Amino acid sequence: MAGNELSDDGFIELDGVEKVFDVRRKAGFLRRERHRVRAVDGIGFRVGRGEMVGYIGPNGAGKSTTIKMLTGILTPSAGRLRVAGIDPSRERAGLAHRIGVVFGQRTTLWWDLPLRDSYGLVRRMYRVPEARYRANLDRCVELLDLGALLDVPVRQLSLGQRMRGDIAAALLHDPEVLYLDEPTIGLDVVSKAKVRGFLREVNAERGTTVLLTTHDLTDIEQLCERVMVIDHGRLVHDGGLAELHAAGESERTLVVDLERELPPIEDVPGARTVKVEGPRQWLAFGTGQSAAPIVAAVAERYPLVDLSVREPDIEDVIARMYAGGKGL
Amino acid sequence: MRLYAAVAVSGFRRYATYRVATAAGVFTNTVFGFVIAYTFVALWDERPHLGGYDQSQALTFVWVSQGLLAAAALLGGGFQEELQERIRTGDIAVDLYRPADLQLWWLAADLGRAAFHLLGRGAVPVAVGALAFELSLPADPLRWLAFLLSALLGVVVGFALRFLVALCAFWLLDGQGVNMISALMCMFFSGMLLPLTVFPGLFGEIARLLPWAAMLQVPVDVLLGTHSGTGLARALGFQVLWAALLLGAGRALQSLATRKVVVQGG
Amino acid sequence: MADALARARSVSGGLRAYGLIVAMWVRSTMAYRASFLMTTAGNFAASVLDFVAIMIMFSHIDRLGGFTLPEIALLYGATSTSLGLADLALGNMDRVGRRVRDGTFDILLVRPAPVVAQVAADRFALRRLGRVSQGLLVLGWGVARADVAWTPAKALFTAVTVIAGAGIFAAVFIAGAAFQFWAADASEVQNSFTYGGSTMLQYPPAVFARELVRGATFVVPLAFVNWIPVLRMLGRDDPLGLPGWVDFCGPGVALAMLTAAGLLWRVGLRNYRSTGS
Repeated sequence: MAGNELSDDGFIELDGVEKVFDVRRKAGFLRRERHRVRAVDGIGFRVGRGEMVGYIGPNGAGKSTTIKMLTGILTPSAGRLRVAGIDPSRERAGLAHRIGVVFGQRTTLWWDLPLRDSYGLVRRMYRVPEARYRANLDRCVELLDLGALLDVPVRQLSLGQRMRGDIAAALLHDPEVLYLDEPTIGLDVVSKAKVRGFLREVNAERGTTVLLTTHDLTDIEQLCERVMVIDHGRLVHDGGLAELHAAGESERTLVVDLERELPPIEDVPGARTVKVEGPRQWLAFGTGQSAAPIVAAVAERYPLVDLSVREPDIEDVIARMYAGGKGL
Repeated sequence: MRLYAAVAVSGFRRYATYRVATAAGVFTNTVFGFVIAYTFVALWDERPHLGGYDQSQALTFVWVSQGLLAAAALLGGGFQEELQERIRTGDIAVDLYRPADLQLWWLAADLGRAAFHLLGRGAVPVAVGALAFELSLPADPLRWLAFLLSALLGVVVGFALRFLVALCAFWLLDGQGVNMISALMCMFFSGMLLPLTVFPGLFGEIARLLPWAAMLQVPVDVLLGTHSGTGLARALGFQVLWAALLLGAGRALQSLATRKVVVQGG
Repeated sequence: MADALARARSVSGGLRAYGLIVAMWVRSTMAYRASFLMTTAGNFAASVLDFVAIMIMFSHIDRLGGFTLPEIALLYGATSTSLGLADLALGNMDRVGRRVRDGTFDILLVRPAPVVAQVAADRFALRRLGRVSQGLLVLGWGVARADVAWTPAKALFTAVTVIAGAGIFAAVFIAGAAFQFWAADASEVQNSFTYGGSTMLQYPPAVFARELVRGATFVVPLAFVNWIPVLRMLGRDDPLGLPGWVDFCGPGVALAMLTAAGLLWRVGLRNYRSTGS
């Protein structure tokens, strides 16, 4: 077990990393047009050993591409990339022993076999010593509450149970770094809490470096002191979550459908109209505020047909960060 | 009716999107066409008029078979696995409560698929075969029309059979065994390996009465002009009879299955 | 030297991973034992019916392309067994395209085992023993009934032929899988060379056009699976008039094809890792 000491030398190091894809798009019946897409466009950062970092951004921003380069699946088009001093794209197989990967919606477990059998395969494939394997499995079973599930065929597990099973599978060989791609997507509240608690524990206890992508801001709030934001292939924020919030003041949105097209609503205290589209209007208000008085005020003064409240998500935070010009 | 037409069109479109897969399928059908054509040339050299065909008719049989292979789903495929998967996962309950008939819905989708496969995967192998060998394709447009009708009926019979097999998934935990038997019967008794007219004696007579004969043997014979006048009517009637019988059986099984779903909740 | 050592280690690691994954699939299969028995029987029966069609042909004729039924059985048994073995060992490699499309291919790339071994073992289907056993039965019948004076040397030659044939078909499977890195939907093309090729090899070369035989000898050398060696066993000349030593080239051809297919696979994998599609 590597200790818990944080080092500055950078366990994960990226310098000017780029990934360019040639995308062929249909343009007419048989003609295809070639496009160059810069999925990752010159990214540089360092993650120290034992850090737990959130890696967020809108869909298609380059998150997955970065993870794929870090794990050696994809070869960077340019730049320098090292994990534990190793170039992942050249020594993919060697690095595999030292990393754990969880792809949110793609299970690595064996559908028709008990969970235990999948773990047995991990033990043999990664050549984990028996005693080490026992200890790791016991700890995972305890923290992730897998005891009753070990002998159940994976096809009978719920999504949350399966995800817990997958996370355990990624840790049985004592990886030094764990990459998680959307580990809480689609999970119920209980499973989410268990997964988060477990990741905190693993990080604190073993000093495992954790890099996770997510759409759920709560994941970041509860797990990561540091968060990196990627957008259009570029790193637009690297720092604390508080700074991120400050950079793009989070707001909730009340979406109202009125009976007919009306001028922008202006007389509701605490809210301002940010968008109008026919009879539909968007009103922004602070995250600290209750929606009830605003809804009441609108309902009282306007012919309200339908309404919904949207929580701020990562896309909004990033969008606002740009609007405020405070990014980077 | 409009609904089912729309379902058929979307069935057609769905398969039309896979251009590379279609090209790959055409390539494979053509290769198989050449291999079997040469063996048939050797066979008919040894025994001219075997099964009542002359050599060019036998070769026509080979290439039209390859052309119909995908459309009639002689090697399986199409909707069967998808329907079974829906039954297995319980999604079928949603389909049963839809204001559309389950059997007609899937039939429409399968006809759409077959129409695409007839055009996309049928035309090229037959054209290649006609260039490389001397085929006896008819010049009479009415014969082609009769062939199209017969091919359509063949597709319907094939659908009805596979629908029955797929519905077995309501009662069997795992449909693979039934699928396998169904595929085997289809492979052997459709005439895909060898024309059924070549099958000897009583065995051959029985083989020519089974529903699989309606899928390939009859349409090809219609194209070759083996049946004419009342013979043609009898051939088409044979197909209609099997289609009606099997669709009816499918309908009965469907209502049993519906009752089962309603009672057990899936 | 160090390079050779590393290669040997990677090969043994690949075989070990292959064995581990195969064992998992066999265990998965056994979770549905009845279904396994049924599909194995079906696999066997499908191959049997295939041969029954040939027997029906021979109910009308005595010779086809100069071969009697037992002689055809030699051809059929050899190619069917070879294809069956290759299909058993890595017949599901053509799932590569699907794995690339649904993203599960990436999972294989983060494991400490050669990807080709993992892909070869994917969905390993024991039921394919059905075809192998049918092929062996037909081959055995052909050996018993064909007019050949069997010697231990000829028996050994037959065994080597079947194994080399499996190697040749395996190379086609690997090359076909590699091809999918460029055309993910084109998995059916390889069926032309595996199943289509095997169907062709069931019949004597004299049946086919010369260009086809030439293509099957020099372009995609399937002729070494059974045509050339069986003609040798029966003491007949091959239609292309090749020198006698060519008859013993089967294993060499298999190795060369496997090497070429392996290289193609590596290029394909590298292409995938740089394009991600």
